[in-house]
Amino acid sequence: MRRIISMLMENEPGALSRVIGLFSQRGYNIETLNVAPTNDPTLSRLTLTTVGSDLRIEQLTKQLNKLVDVVKLADLTEGAHIERDMMLIKVRASGAARHEIKRTTDIFRGQIVDVGPDIYTIQIIGTSEKLDAFVAAMSDADILEVVRSGVAGISRGEKVLSLEKRF
Amino acid sequence: MELLSGGEMIARALEDEGVEYIFGYPGGAVLHIYDALFKDCKVPHILVRHEQAATHAADGYARATGKTGVVLVTSGPGATNAITGIATAYMDSIPMVVLSGQVQSHLIGEDAFQETDMIGISRPIVKHSFMVKRTEDLPIMIKKAFLIASSGRPGPVVIDIPKDLTRPDAKYEYHYPETVKMRSYAPAQRGHTGQIKKAAKLLLAAKRPIIYAGGGVLLGDASEQLTQLARELNYPVTKTLMGLGAYPGSDRQCLGMLGMHGFYEANMAMHNSDCILAVGARFDDRVTNTVGKFCPGAKVIHIDIDPASISKIVMADIPIVGPVQSVLTEMLAQVALLREKDSSLPDKTALSLWWEQIEEWRAAHGLFTGRRFSESDMIMPQQVIQSLYRATKGDAYITSDVGQHQMFAAQYYPFDKPRRWINSGGLGTMGFGLPAAMGVKLAFPDMDVACVTGEGSIQMNIQELSTCTQYDSAIKIINLRNNNLGMVTQWQDMQYEGRYAMSTYEDSLPDFVKLVEAYGHVGIQVTNLADLDGAMDEAFSMKDKLVFLDVIIDPTEHVYPMHIAPNGAMKDMWLSKNERT
Repeated sequence: MRRIISMLMENEPGALSRVIGLFSQRGYNIETLNVAPTNDPTLSRLTLTTVGSDLRIEQLTKQLNKLVDVVKLADLTEGAHIERDMMLIKVRASGAARHEIKRTTDIFRGQIVDVGPDIYTIQIIGTSEKLDAFVAAMSDADILEVVRSGVAGISRGEKVLSLEKRF
Repeated sequence: MELLSGGEMIARALEDEGVEYIFGYPGGAVLHIYDALFKDCKVPHILVRHEQAATHAADGYARATGKTGVVLVTSGPGATNAITGIATAYMDSIPMVVLSGQVQSHLIGEDAFQETDMIGISRPIVKHSFMVKRTEDLPIMIKKAFLIASSGRPGPVVIDIPKDLTRPDAKYEYHYPETVKMRSYAPAQRGHTGQIKKAAKLLLAAKRPIIYAGGGVLLGDASEQLTQLARELNYPVTKTLMGLGAYPGSDRQCLGMLGMHGFYEANMAMHNSDCILAVGARFDDRVTNTVGKFCPGAKVIHIDIDPASISKIVMADIPIVGPVQSVLTEMLAQVALLREKDSSLPDKTALSLWWEQIEEWRAAHGLFTGRRFSESDMIMPQQVIQSLYRATKGDAYITSDVGQHQMFAAQYYPFDKPRRWINSGGLGTMGFGLPAAMGVKLAFPDMDVACVTGEGSIQMNIQELSTCTQYDSAIKIINLRNNNLGMVTQWQDMQYEGRYAMSTYEDSLPDFVKLVEAYGHVGIQVTNLADLDGAMDEAFSMKDKLVFLDVIIDPTEHVYPMHIAPNGAMKDMWLSKNERT
């Protein structure tokens, strides 16, 4: 089953390589990975998606929690959550295709963020599934480049991944 | 506040931490630190002949004493030579702090002379590591390193120190913190009381119980509590290779080691039990044989300080995360409470039937009751260990290398006390025994310390004979010499129709007696069984000498029992070359 695992990690050199290293060391796959600083400059937030059985994911989260640089960790897929992936996709847009691409982009609530005589660069934000669906819908178009941010996620409601206890 | 250079801070911090020995080897990147040690440091430094030996010596010291071993090596090759020893300590959860030199900060990443990415190379085999960025951070980093190495599930910690941060002319305020807190590091302080209650109930309801004790019992100093629990309940105890000594090996309730080369009675009892109390053990593949066939009728209670060890291989019915000592103490109290309420617990009839069954197994193929090895014209390796046991009255510190001799020592030297059996269990590092023995002997100079080895393993760190000369390390080396890589040839006999692919040396072995004499030690060769006990006694009578006993043994002997793999269960064993369960 696909899981979204999100963690707060010390903003220290080497912290990221410890997390990534654990995956290759213990034979897990990372499907997407997203890391960025938070409002607290000493912490980074890392979100990754991976696939595995419940047992395997439990073992993985235990191993991640053991890393000294990992301060707090949550499996977002255990509860209601919001996930967002962002994609920039550059396609050849000329002739009849130009209008069709614009229409498909509108249907997916995407935005064309760069325009050239023969080129559109489209930005789409949503779940990974939605992004996959957009790429599939563009299968007739000439896709030149695809770049995705990887999934970032957050729990719905009161549940918070932070250092303070809020309950 | 006092002003110190980075080098001086390291020297002082090691003093303040109460370090007894530094095992190391100098080089360019650590010369400022060495100069500070030379000028003013109360902690003696042991100069090894190869950095791998520094880590093994610190490791042996740590295993025997329970204190953190300390290693100091230079950058580049110094650091990479230490890697095998760090991995050895990591696999067996041994507390160790390794200080490695690094090239100057401004040269990092430029492929400078003797530069290597030590943090990167050591990452998968350390509990944690630190790269020092500012000299002022050294005291707190060292404090954190010792805290992490020695608490929770122990392990090695690396501190990588660029040379410029230790220069003598740059001085900063020094204060060594008493304690240190880390927001992201909090090992469990006690077990969950509800879980312990449940476990006590299950344990008392068992009809065919067994206690399976691992190295965690020794690391967590819980042998006393474990022994008390086993004795109060009259439950049988088996121990892993790493757990030998966790319960007295010569006691009636001890079934000996379990696993691939475990005792017949231990493996049979595990397979047939209905309740396993696993304490500080991790269901290693050398224990379980085929996991799918592991102990089919058993409920598992698993106590470990490391949550990731629980339900990793075998699902625990009752997991308990916590320090084994406090959990067992609480369990003893719970067991007493339950028995107060119901004095019929545990079921005496079932337990006596269980012991009858175990005694039957013992009588049939027990290591000490049956005749487990044949005798020949040559000395049998098992006889050497028996002779060693007799000469040392079972009270020595025994280190070992890796191979057949290691298994013979584990089987035929019953350890009655914790921390007496010092071997590389997880990584299986040949070359571990001699330097580890040096570390143990430094910690316990008045005790008998013997390294059981073979002609293969001993040559992997034989240069340390010189270190032993320098520091008058009066250890005894018992070389079980069969003139081939014994465990390799055993597997080649069993699985490759006796094709000894590159596992013999032809006539290339040195004259070990002359070799050790060249280093200033005593060498004795033994070829006849009649001379064995005499030679062994003579070796141990020379209290201030390193004695190398080169014992020529039967080269064809195999280690038995041996699990039948693949697809075998705990109960499936070879009992001799042509006898199986």
